[in-house]
Amino acid sequence: MTVADVLLLALGALAVGSGALVVTSSHLVRAGLYLVVSLGAIAGLYLVLGAELVAWVQILVYVGAVVVLLLFAVMLTRAPIGPSAGLDRPAFPAVLIGGGAGLGLAVLFADAFRWVRYPEPEPGTAERVGEQIFGAWVLPFEVLSILLLSALVGAIVLSRPDIGARRSTPEQPDPDQANPDPATAGGEVKA
Amino acid sequence: MHVVIPYVVGALLFGLGVYGVLRRRNAILVLMAVELMLNAVNLILVTADVSLRSALTGVAIEAWARPGAAAPGTGGVFALFVIVLAAAEVGVGLAIVLQYYRMRRAVITDEVRLDADGEEPGIGRERLDADGERVAG
Repeated sequence: MTVADVLLLALGALAVGSGALVVTSSHLVRAGLYLVVSLGAIAGLYLVLGAELVAWVQILVYVGAVVVLLLFAVMLTRAPIGPSAGLDRPAFPAVLIGGGAGLGLAVLFADAFRWVRYPEPEPGTAERVGEQIFGAWVLPFEVLSILLLSALVGAIVLSRPDIGARRSTPEQPDPDQANPDPATAGGEVKA
Repeated sequence: MHVVIPYVVGALLFGLGVYGVLRRRNAILVLMAVELMLNAVNLILVTADVSLRSALTGVAIEAWARPGAAAPGTGGVFALFVIVLAAAEVGVGLAIVLQYYRMRRAVITDEVRLDADGEEPGIGRERLDADGERVAG
């Protein structure tokens, strides 16, 4: 047991424990905050494993953006402060499938990798990751930028009722407005 | 270091995510469980980068890639890609959830009717008019 092993064990126990609380807590806000703890522990695991840039991106994107977005959604859907009733389905099939998947994969990994020591990785700097991304993986990187743009446009179209929800207004049957030009649709918005 | 520890942690987190997706009825909690599953896969990718030193060997390099760039370290790059995908997924997913909440005042996935158009009595009393205000249906 080296220092790295002790760190991996501690952070892994923290990640799994708070992950279990995420999926069992009956407070919506507490589930989001336990998710912060779990994702932070996983970022610590990345640091121990030598993936420094991935760890900081995890902190920035997940803890900084995704969890904040989830907590905003919890707030916007008027979640109660206290424990909420009726959050869960019956446990039996979920325990069977989830436990089967988790424990089965764990046994598979434990059997495949055993208790073998691997050499410590050299710290992965941003320079190495940058060479990888812009050398071998340029095309997927650019495709991801298109994906982000389309996700942005899709989220805007979904959440704007004046361009997204035409079908729910039968009192205004105007087939010309079914797919309005974004410029004219923007002109119709009342401030 | 013993790489079996992060591998087993990743497997257990994935199992917890599957359990959460199947158990939870609230759509936002389902999204949180999906985040747990994505993080488990990321952890396994980064760990595979340490233990297997995965690299492209014996594969003709693509025309758009710089020659000699297929060094080990691909797992971290894939983890970054998965993080970007997760950010896009949670953005669109929460847009859908919030729009559904504005239409039906509910985030319970069991009550989503896939065969109706949102006008059934009881649940869909309210709907949005063109200005984003709710009108009685």
